[in-house]
Amino acid sequence: MKSHTLSVLVENRAGVLSRVAGMFSRRGFNIESLAVGTCEEPEMSRITIVVNGDDSQVEQVIKQANKLIDVIKVSDLTGRESVERELALIKVAAEAGTSRAEIMQIADIFRAQIVDVGSKTLVLQVAGDTGKIDALEKLLRQYGIKELVRTGKIAILRGAKTVKSAK
Amino acid sequence: MKTGAKILIEALQREGVDTIFGYPGGSVLPIYDELYDSSIRHILVRHEQAAAHAADGYARASGRVGVCLATSGPGACNLVTGIATAYMDSVPIVALTGQVPTGMLGNDAFQESDITGITMPITKHNYLVKDASDVGRVVREAFYIARTGRPGPVLIDLPKDISTDQVYAETPIPDSISLRGYQPTYRGHVRQIDKALDMIAQAERPLIYAGGGVIHSNGSQELVEFAERTAIPVTTTLMGLGCIPGDHPLNLGMLGMHGTQYANYAVTECDLLIGVGVRFDDRVTGKIDTFAPNATIVHIDIDPAEISKNKRVDIPIVGDVKTVLQTMLERMQKAGRTENWLNRIATWKQNHPLRYRDDDCLRPQYIIQQLSDLLRGDGIIVSEVGQNQMWTALYYCFKKPRTWITSGGLGTMGYGFPAAMGVHYARPDEPVFDIAGDGSFQMNIQELGTVAHNRIPVKVVVLNNMYLGMVRQWQELFYNRRYAYTELPPVDFVKIADAYGVDGIRVDAKDGVREALEAALEADGPFVLDFRIEREENVFPMVPAGAAINEMIGVHQP
Repeated sequence: MKSHTLSVLVENRAGVLSRVAGMFSRRGFNIESLAVGTCEEPEMSRITIVVNGDDSQVEQVIKQANKLIDVIKVSDLTGRESVERELALIKVAAEAGTSRAEIMQIADIFRAQIVDVGSKTLVLQVAGDTGKIDALEKLLRQYGIKELVRTGKIAILRGAKTVKSAK
Repeated sequence: MKTGAKILIEALQREGVDTIFGYPGGSVLPIYDELYDSSIRHILVRHEQAAAHAADGYARASGRVGVCLATSGPGACNLVTGIATAYMDSVPIVALTGQVPTGMLGNDAFQESDITGITMPITKHNYLVKDASDVGRVVREAFYIARTGRPGPVLIDLPKDISTDQVYAETPIPDSISLRGYQPTYRGHVRQIDKALDMIAQAERPLIYAGGGVIHSNGSQELVEFAERTAIPVTTTLMGLGCIPGDHPLNLGMLGMHGTQYANYAVTECDLLIGVGVRFDDRVTGKIDTFAPNATIVHIDIDPAEISKNKRVDIPIVGDVKTVLQTMLERMQKAGRTENWLNRIATWKQNHPLRYRDDDCLRPQYIIQQLSDLLRGDGIIVSEVGQNQMWTALYYCFKKPRTWITSGGLGTMGYGFPAAMGVHYARPDEPVFDIAGDGSFQMNIQELGTVAHNRIPVKVVVLNNMYLGMVRQWQELFYNRRYAYTELPPVDFVKIADAYGVDGIRVDAKDGVREALEAALEADGPFVLDFRIEREENVFPMVPAGAAINEMIGVHQP
């Protein structure tokens, strides 16, 4: 069992997300994260899905995804040279005093930005791969994380290669 | 200007639709109003489930797309079992459903159900039409998707206002279809084909395992030619029966849970297994690790997702079965030598034939054999699900493809009778027999109304044992004969038929079988035969669940 990052190019139509997500759960796959948005073609969207499974299970689910009429292409980015990013917004308890300064220092090290300052909280925005966000989350936990929002991973191949339809 | 409903009917005619099985209701009133004036024949069923099964039977018997129509909410929901049945067996149907007007969608309006959501897992694709000018394109795409690639059901949900909205008359039904996410592979990879042919030339104990894909692709002739030229024996799945004549010397009959002994032995001992249009279903393979344990596996199928899904395949060939077999026949240089293997199989056939106790009792196997003998390969046999289905699969000699219509994957009781109605409209000159059990027949018995109303000459052969026989068999064998809720009180099917205006005969003894079958065949209209068979007759051979397929029980009874 390992984590696989799938890039799924789909028609930008109503119901496509539920077709794709429904198929994954129907076939027994737990989606670890899912990010969807428009892409370079106005009529298409790109979904990045992270799932856990052994290679043959993931191969099977890729084939099943490819069978969906609204799915144009599925690529497994796992093990390929790619850039993977996630964005997180983290609301941390930060009473005036020492903890506030420490949190800001940690943010600095992680190249996270403080995007909201309240009397009792700070909101940090951080982008990076999953490991970096996990590490930051772990460090901030001692101050009290009030709320945490993650976008789910998005990924893109390095170099000139792209995940595109055959045509 | 034209209404959406008008465009719908024109688009259906353009697809060559001649028959629709349906049931009217509020949200499809505009469609029915257009249908009323059209050249398309509408068969009013008595329950929407029957409409879906009839469309399915029509499609299986003809190879064309079957069409059913139901209203929103309960009407659409009643199609679900029929759509799932078609999906599991890769049958091309288009299901049309009414829907509440677009402005009321999502409001829990009267007779609203999210049928596209409900059928997402059991359709190849589905549509909720939200603009009347899309109707022509959607119908075109739906038929194309249903019948091409690996066939399957497609549903089109039509809100009432889409049917009544006026669209410019020029709104075309497009000629070409552009679906960038759907491009089936038809031609097999030549290098893979050559690799498979090399294996065939070297194999000592090769075996062809042929399934429903052969029939869907109309590749039966190629399959038989391929088997003959290579002298490779053929075993078929339940769905593949008829792709090679039952009496062909290379035919081993069905494999799997209720397969013949010789077919299951052959699978276990073969050194090369060539799967053609099959999906290594659990009812075929039994315990998967011991299925064809010594074989290199070649798998020809149009659906790449079936390759190595259940069993690791050594040489996959993705493509249309007929096309791939044609290429293989063209490129074949030499076949292997299989005499020893064929001799070994002949010995198994001789030592372990299909058998049942052929005494004075009225046994179902005898009835099936008599029907097989009477029709001699003419006619189309439909079945329900359970013992009736397995006895027919084992004891009826199918000679041609598309003459055996049964629910394999989903195993839908109540399928056969309505499907037989669809078969009749697809092949009106062929006699159509539905082999039923008393349990299955009662699941869609209301269709006696439809066959009476339209004088559909479907002959129902009820193998009446007053049990849910297959479940009772499992209870007998694995649950210490505790027949929990499987006994059915006697029903007088002749009287029920009579109430609908359908003729029938009850048969209690073996010597009345042939005459009754002949009477049914000769009758102009529908006919019901109520055969009171041995109550506790079992289907054998049988592979218990989870066992290897060469570990059969019930094979040594006299």
